[in-house]
Amino acid sequence: MTVLSGPAIERYPRPRGRSTPLRSRVAVFLKYLSLVLAGAVVLVPLAAVLLTSLRTGEEMAGGGALAAPDNWLNFHNYAVAFTDGHMLRALWNTTFILFFSVLGTVLIGSMTAYAIDRFHFRFKKSVMTAFLIASLVPGVTTQVATYQIVNNLGVMDTRWAPVLLYMGTDIVSIYIFLQFIRSVPISLDEAARIDGANSFTIYWRIVMPLLKPAVATVVIIKGVAIYNDFYIPFLYMPDDNLGTISTSLFRFKGPYGAHWEVISAGAALVIIPSLVVFLALQRFIYNGFAAGATK
Amino acid sequence: MSAPRTVSRTPPARSGPPDAAGSPAKEPPRRPGPRRRRGAWWFTPWLYLLAPLVLLVVFTWLPVVNMFGYSFTDWDGISPTRNWVGLENYTDLFTRPQLFQVFWVSLFYLGASVVQICAALYFATVLSFNTRLRNLFKGLLFFPYLINGVAVGFVFLYFFQPGGTLDTVLGWFGAGPHLWLGDPHLVNTSLAGVSVWRFMGVNMVLFIGAIQSVPPQLYEAAALDGASRWQQFRHVIAPSIRPIISLSVILAISGSLSVFEIPFIMTGGSNNSETFVIQTIKLAFNFNKTGLASAAAMVLLAIVLVVTWFQRLLFPDERVEQS
Repeated sequence: MTVLSGPAIERYPRPRGRSTPLRSRVAVFLKYLSLVLAGAVVLVPLAAVLLTSLRTGEEMAGGGALAAPDNWLNFHNYAVAFTDGHMLRALWNTTFILFFSVLGTVLIGSMTAYAIDRFHFRFKKSVMTAFLIASLVPGVTTQVATYQIVNNLGVMDTRWAPVLLYMGTDIVSIYIFLQFIRSVPISLDEAARIDGANSFTIYWRIVMPLLKPAVATVVIIKGVAIYNDFYIPFLYMPDDNLGTISTSLFRFKGPYGAHWEVISAGAALVIIPSLVVFLALQRFIYNGFAAGATK
Repeated sequence: MSAPRTVSRTPPARSGPPDAAGSPAKEPPRRPGPRRRRGAWWFTPWLYLLAPLVLLVVFTWLPVVNMFGYSFTDWDGISPTRNWVGLENYTDLFTRPQLFQVFWVSLFYLGASVVQICAALYFATVLSFNTRLRNLFKGLLFFPYLINGVAVGFVFLYFFQPGGTLDTVLGWFGAGPHLWLGDPHLVNTSLAGVSVWRFMGVNMVLFIGAIQSVPPQLYEAAALDGASRWQQFRHVIAPSIRPIISLSVILAISGSLSVFEIPFIMTGGSNNSETFVIQTIKLAFNFNKTGLASAAAMVLLAIVLVVTWFQRLLFPDERVEQS
C-alpha cells in the first residue's frame, strides 16, 4: 500500500565477494550509461519541441530540428497558439469537467465503499460482483453503445457528457476507497453512534476526514487521467466552443499543418502545467500511482 | 438489470414504518458492527449505493447488453428500424482480411509491451538500489506518462518527420534517414515505440513501489550469501513483486488490443497503422455501420475477458493478498 520511501534498501552492502573490481566498475559504468541513454531518449523529443517553439517562421526553413533558436525569448508562437488555439477557453472547459468529475468520483467512490464496508444487507455480494465484473470491461470497447445512451440522455455535446462518463465508469477509485476504509477502526463509528450520530454524520464527519490520503490518491489519478484524456471529449463534445485542452490542441493539426513552430508552442503550453504540478507534488504522485495500481 | 430494480422496488415494499424499533429485532448477530439503533434502517446502505449503481448500470452494463443486441443487426445508428442479420457481422469480421488485419497491428503493440515491462523491471531494480541522482532519473523516466496524449502525438509527429529530430540524431552516428511514419512496414514499429516511451515510466514506478515494500531482511540474507545482482533479482526481487508484474502484463495485453490515441492523432490510422479501436470508431461514426462496429467491439471485449480470466486461472490468489 504505502510506498516506503527512504534508504531502507540502500543500507545493505553490495555483494563484493566474487566480482573483480574491474568487472564491477564496468557494471557500474554500464548502469549509468543505460540511465543516461534512457534519460536522453525521454528528453530529446521534448527538447526538439521546446527549441522549435522558440524559433521564427523563417528560421524553420533552414537548420536542423535540434538547431538553437536565434532569440531564446521569442514567445511569439506561444502567443499565437494561446489566442488562435483558444487555449483559455479550453482551460476553462477542462477545469469545469475536471472539477465536477473529480468531486463526483470522490463522493461516489467513498459512499460506495462506506456502504459496502460498514453495512450488512441483502444482495451485498451481488453488488460487489456487479462492480467487479464492470471493472474488467475496458471503456473503449463499449463506446459504440455508450454513444447512443449519451445521445438519448440529451447531454450530447455538453460538458456534462464527459462528467457523467468519468464519474460513471470509475471502478478503480471505489477499490482505492474500499482499501483505505478497511483500515478505519469500526470502534470510531460505534463511539459516534453512542453519542447519537446517524450514519450520514458518521460518514461525513468521522470517516471522510480519515480518508484524506485516499482522496488525495483518487484526485491525483483521476485528475491526470481527465486532463490528458482525448477520447471522450473528442467523441462527445464535437462543438468547437467545447474544446478541452486535448481536443483544442488536436485542432491545431488542420490550420497549422505545416507550421511546426506554432504546433510545438501549443504542445509545450499543454505540457508545462503537467511539469509544474509534477515538480510540486512529485512524491504524492508516485504514491498515488503505486496505490492506484493495487486496486 | 437487477441491481437498480432492487433499489427502486424495495423501498415501497416495506417503507411504511421504517423506525428504529423494527431493524434491531431482525438483525442476525453477525459481527458487532456499527449497524445498531438510530440511522440504521435496512435501506440506509441503498441510499449510499443509489447514485453509484445507477451510473454503473447506465454507463457500463447497459452499453454491454445493448451492444450485444446491436451486433446481430444491420443498424446504422440513426434510422429507427434495424434488421436482424444473425451472425453475419461476425462472419464478416473474420472473413474479410481488411477488417481482420487490425489484429496483426496489435501484435506490434504486444511486442512493445514486452520491451516496456522488461525495461521497467530493469530500471526499477537499478533505481531501487544505491544509484546517484536516483530521484532525478526516476522523475525523468516517469514524466512522459503525465504528458497529454495529443501533445505526445505532436511531439513524436515532429520527432519522426522526414529530416526531423530522429533523422538528425541518427545522422550524427552515420545512419541514414527513414520514412518512419510513411513506410507501411515501419509505421507500427515507430508508433509502438512511442507507447513504450510513454508508458514505461508508470510501470517502473509501480515496480519500485513493490520492490521497496519487500522486507529488507531478504536482501540482507541474499547479500550475506554472496548473491550477485542478477541472482538477487532472480530469486528475491522477481518472486516478491510477482503480483504487480502479472497485473502489468494483463494491463499491457488489454492495452495493446485497445490502442487508439497515438496512432489516431499521428497517422489517423492510415498507412497500415489502423488499430482495432480506430477501425471500430470509423465503422460506427464515419460509415454508420453500428451493427458491424458492435460486433467488432464484442470480439475485442471477449478477447480481453478471456485474457483476464486466463490470467486469474494461472495466478489465482494474487488479488487476495492485496486487499
